[in-house]
Amino acid sequence: MHYEIVDFVIDIVQNSCEAGASLVDIVIDEDRNGIGFVVVDDGKGMDAAQAARALDPFVTDGVKHPGRKVGLGLPFLKQALEQVGESLKIESEKGKGTRLAFRFNTRNLDCPPLGDLAGMMVTVLCMPGPEEMRIQRNREAYSYLIRKSELIEALGNLEEVSSLVLLKKYVRSQEEEGEELWQG
Amino acid sequence: MARMTLDELRAFRDSKRQDLARRDVEGKDIQIVVGMGTCGIAAGAKLTFDALVESLQKRGLENKVLVRQTGCMGLCYVEPTVEVIAPGMPTVIYGKMTKEAADELVQKHLVEGKLLDNHIFDRPAADIVKK
Repeated sequence: MHYEIVDFVIDIVQNSCEAGASLVDIVIDEDRNGIGFVVVDDGKGMDAAQAARALDPFVTDGVKHPGRKVGLGLPFLKQALEQVGESLKIESEKGKGTRLAFRFNTRNLDCPPLGDLAGMMVTVLCMPGPEEMRIQRNREAYSYLIRKSELIEALGNLEEVSSLVLLKKYVRSQEEEGEELWQG
Repeated sequence: MARMTLDELRAFRDSKRQDLARRDVEGKDIQIVVGMGTCGIAAGAKLTFDALVESLQKRGLENKVLVRQTGCMGLCYVEPTVEVIAPGMPTVIYGKMTKEAADELVQKHLVEGKLLDNHIFDRPAADIVKK
């Protein structure tokens, strides 16, 4: 089971990448009562039957690992959301893409810790596959948008260690400003 | 504290590039691939990733190594796992990675050219073996 909220998000975005997405949009909406995520991709999508089966922990796509008998990413997320009285919304269209929306009620005692949001953004930005990834971060009145294409243009290859270090600094500084406003 | 702008980010990068140009820069033919499937994430692979980047920086190997991510490599029972591809060394998948093992990997495998014997796992999990 994943430990922090960011772990669930990383898993979901990895799914989008494995589905062959060329564009992934992530919106993070945070207020004093909770934090919501919307992840939209233009990957291969699922029909209604596949989408329903995707929540079954014993179902996986059968392609990635042909003999595998479990697919735990979505069931983990569904379980964690149920623990805080929330649910997972999946919309998908075969050949078009998938949209996942969920919200963690951070006031609930069973809510997992959020984890390092800046670190999560660096991780998903560096996932191979999508040419573009947009992360819209909203925290009450504070917000910012990160675009993978702009970062590649500024830094070059994100997989170089020197790029990774600068990337983390950049994202962290966006979060730090938000944190000051949040506390102030 | 004002947040960093894209221009500032570019400036940092350019100043680093100038430093690099002065040194003898070799091609980046060393790759470390970190497994970031559900199994890896649950086992703390992102911490392994961070530890590797930190160790590489500490030992001055930032210009020679690429650190990449992939999905599940089939060794879920010994996550976090990393695959190391380096010229002159066999390609190996290390499992049961920790922060200490990450540092050991950079020092022993990359710098000294020695394998980390107790971290080598080459047999994938039973449920993903090809039929």
